[in-house]
Amino acid sequence: MGNNEYGDDPVSAEQYFSFSQQLAERGVSRRDFMKFCSAMSAALALPVTFVPKIAQALDEVKRPTLVWLEYQSCTGDTEALLRAASPTVAEIVLDILSVDYAETIMTAAGHLAEANLDKVVKEEKGKYIAVVEGAIPLKDGGIYCCVGGRTAVDRATEVCGGAFATIAVGTCASFGGIPAAAPNPTGAVGVKEAVPGATVLNLPGCPLNADNLTATIVHFLLFKKLPATDSFGRPLFAYGKRIHDNCERRPHFDAGQYVEKWGDEGHRKGFCLYHMGCKGPETYHNCPTQRYNEKTGWPVGSGHGCAGCSEPMFWDRMTPLYRRLPTVPGFGIEATADKIGLGLAVGTAAIFAGHGVISAIRGEEKMEGKKREDLIHDKDRR
Amino acid sequence: MTKIVVDPITRIEGHLRIEAEVSGGRIVDAWSSSTMFRGIEKILQGRDPRDAWYFTQRFCGVCTTVHSIASIRAVENALNIKIPPNAELIRNIIMGIQNVQDHVIHFYHLHALDWVDITSALKADPARTASLAASVSDWPLNSPTYFRGVQEKLKAFVAKGRLGPFANGYWGHSAMKLPPEANLMATAHYLEALEWQKDVIKIHAILGSKNPHPQTFLVGGMAIPVDPDSQNALNADKLAEISRLLKKAQEFVEKVYIPDLLAVASFYKEWAGIGGGVGNYLSYGEFPDPASGKLFFPPGIVLGKDLSKVYPVDHKKIAEYVDHSWYEYSGGQGKGAHPWDGETEAKYTGPKPPYQSLDTERKYSWVKSPRYEERPMEVGPLAKLLVAFASGHQETKDAVTLVLKHLNVGPEALFSTLGRTGARGLDCLITARQLPKWLGQLEDNIVKGDLRIHSQEKWDPSSWPSEAAGYGWHEAPRGALGHWIRIKDKEILNYQAVVPSTWNASPRDHKGQRGPYEEALIGTPIADPNRPVEILRTIHSFDPCLACAVHVLDATGNEIIRVQVK
Repeated sequence: MGNNEYGDDPVSAEQYFSFSQQLAERGVSRRDFMKFCSAMSAALALPVTFVPKIAQALDEVKRPTLVWLEYQSCTGDTEALLRAASPTVAEIVLDILSVDYAETIMTAAGHLAEANLDKVVKEEKGKYIAVVEGAIPLKDGGIYCCVGGRTAVDRATEVCGGAFATIAVGTCASFGGIPAAAPNPTGAVGVKEAVPGATVLNLPGCPLNADNLTATIVHFLLFKKLPATDSFGRPLFAYGKRIHDNCERRPHFDAGQYVEKWGDEGHRKGFCLYHMGCKGPETYHNCPTQRYNEKTGWPVGSGHGCAGCSEPMFWDRMTPLYRRLPTVPGFGIEATADKIGLGLAVGTAAIFAGHGVISAIRGEEKMEGKKREDLIHDKDRR
Repeated sequence: MTKIVVDPITRIEGHLRIEAEVSGGRIVDAWSSSTMFRGIEKILQGRDPRDAWYFTQRFCGVCTTVHSIASIRAVENALNIKIPPNAELIRNIIMGIQNVQDHVIHFYHLHALDWVDITSALKADPARTASLAASVSDWPLNSPTYFRGVQEKLKAFVAKGRLGPFANGYWGHSAMKLPPEANLMATAHYLEALEWQKDVIKIHAILGSKNPHPQTFLVGGMAIPVDPDSQNALNADKLAEISRLLKKAQEFVEKVYIPDLLAVASFYKEWAGIGGGVGNYLSYGEFPDPASGKLFFPPGIVLGKDLSKVYPVDHKKIAEYVDHSWYEYSGGQGKGAHPWDGETEAKYTGPKPPYQSLDTERKYSWVKSPRYEERPMEVGPLAKLLVAFASGHQETKDAVTLVLKHLNVGPEALFSTLGRTGARGLDCLITARQLPKWLGQLEDNIVKGDLRIHSQEKWDPSSWPSEAAGYGWHEAPRGALGHWIRIKDKEILNYQAVVPSTWNASPRDHKGQRGPYEEALIGTPIADPNRPVEILRTIHSFDPCLACAVHVLDATGNEIIRVQVK
């Protein structure tokens, strides 16, 4: 296009500007903007008093560049971004970030596309944000994923290595995800393992909740640093609590009221899905509070157990999907959920004694298997 | 002779590379290569068949429901499980809205910028744009004020000096034919569709918790409980919301997508004579009626562009070849393998990266070459509509006839790049109109007191036979999708998916026959080899989805021995 007042000079393009003024130009009112700030404040689990600070931080922001790389992915995280909640404004936040490279949406293809990425890497070293979706294969010299004739690991080392920070979106980019599931045919790993020198923040989930990405970026703009994380590199504001701790069905767990069959009365009444294999007790993620698609739903709320998708290697550790977790602490540290179930609901106990025990034993056999990492997982759990 | 390489092909799902030879301003030969491999089918071996849908769903996050559906159908077929009517209807609604939303996203966000020049929209007269829009549709937003607003936003964006994802586009290219007003209209709807898609797909969140990757599928039924007297189940409130969203979906397709499609197509009629391809079409049909099991869109095969005959589909006639794919068969090259009996070991023999070009004489892709009775087959909305049209399916005949008349072209125009893009719109329209009927049937069922969403039988693996084999078909937004499964001792022995983009993106086979992308590119004009937007037009007309297309299976290798150790 070219006919603009700044020309193609990246330095002059990095002007300070007022975010809310920019929004006003795009037909977004101050009121909508403040609503968005409140939503972000809630996502970040910040007190209400932070709302004006978020607004101020966004108003003062420079216009950083973002490049979105896709490797061994299913594009689900890109799709999640297209469904982001607080939509109009969140979209604009990302737009305003200047998304200079994103294969799924960008117009240019081939060498014209790669030129856009080369330009960012060369001219904005240390200043841009890299987002990575998908795992990176290392086996056989990385030939299982090539873009533009170069391997993913080669390109990611260059791009993530030169970024201010890298955000790994989804479980594949965070921990290797499904390509890394046993027997990991391509030697797939997450970004941090593929590019050890890069500063990487992990936002796992399958796919990630795009609200958590928006919140991460706002957090960065507000506090001028990346958010605090757990030992897996996940921000505490989104991954600090277990699904089980915030679950809307938790009272039913505590009361020993469980779904026993798909479509039974308990299922229709919203009872606890623990007996159907729910992994909520072992999974750190803010699904119950943040939900998906503008807070329309989340898995447990819609009647299917949690799959544990934000946990490292959940494809091996949390499967079979419908196998009950062996020991989940209930009211006291020595009591397990099954014991509570036995104590409070005799009907539940009878079913547990039938089908439940058989599948639990089969699960134990599986855990002995050499291909799963359940034993390591058990160690973690203890 | 000029060699053109486009890698990455953008605005698709996954990693695709096209190499083409151009002579006299036209493509004379082409090679399609997928450059990414994950091996999910190998990962599935030894796992619980009831988990397979959750794994295969991750083949693709764009067509995010389709591999779940094919997977649960395959397991239900293997174990002979019949699902309750409510589950069938909920699946129809989930598949249907996926189809509608996916096609709209494809047209506006993945395909439009091959035909639409956003920079030209800056020069448009908003008032004339409004009258153009009013001449094709009574969509309420078509006012001069609205189009002026969009144009001003666009100008403000350009003035900021950073074009972001639009940088280096095909702006001002000689192949761009739309007048400024049509460009502004399409650009405005590009932005509107971005909002719309986010809304209508909330149906997946209501029925299945989230999108992408709804978490609600079960072998034997669905996980969303139905109970009008519960706030934790599908009740009147949620059904009303689904109904509202379905209306919104249908209205946008009827008043925005189809009019835009026809308006754009009328400026690009020469593309009805470009991009024909292999001329053989395969469709599995879709949307079962819960009572009769009859499919709304009929399955079938059309050969050699001959619409006078429709052949039945027999899954045993499908075989995959690896003569030009980075895999090895123990029996050597030149033979095909049925998905149940397939055997593959990944073996990369391509150039060491970084590379400039692939060795297209030998192996050059991670996609295998599925063939039906040794013929390459095109799949997708065009195949689906041609089979339905030739079978006398009334809804399809009406829609196709109307469009051909509008554009003043004959049925032969369907066999082209434009035909493919047009068929996708019609598929979307027919499905959007059908969706409220399935919702009505579901409501009727609930009124009668039928709350069943799961068959219950055979959920417990102890009720299964020691060995079973099955297959599941689904006519996905991108075409004929099949999953094949073999179960032994309650675990997956072998799993194989032959997906739409495996058919369409396949490289040459044992006989040297080109795959559908490759064949469709032959004869495509190239005005500027440095900016080959024409390649994108034909390739995007197939709506490529490459992460789905690449697989590995192993029916007889060491992995199986491991599985048998109990």
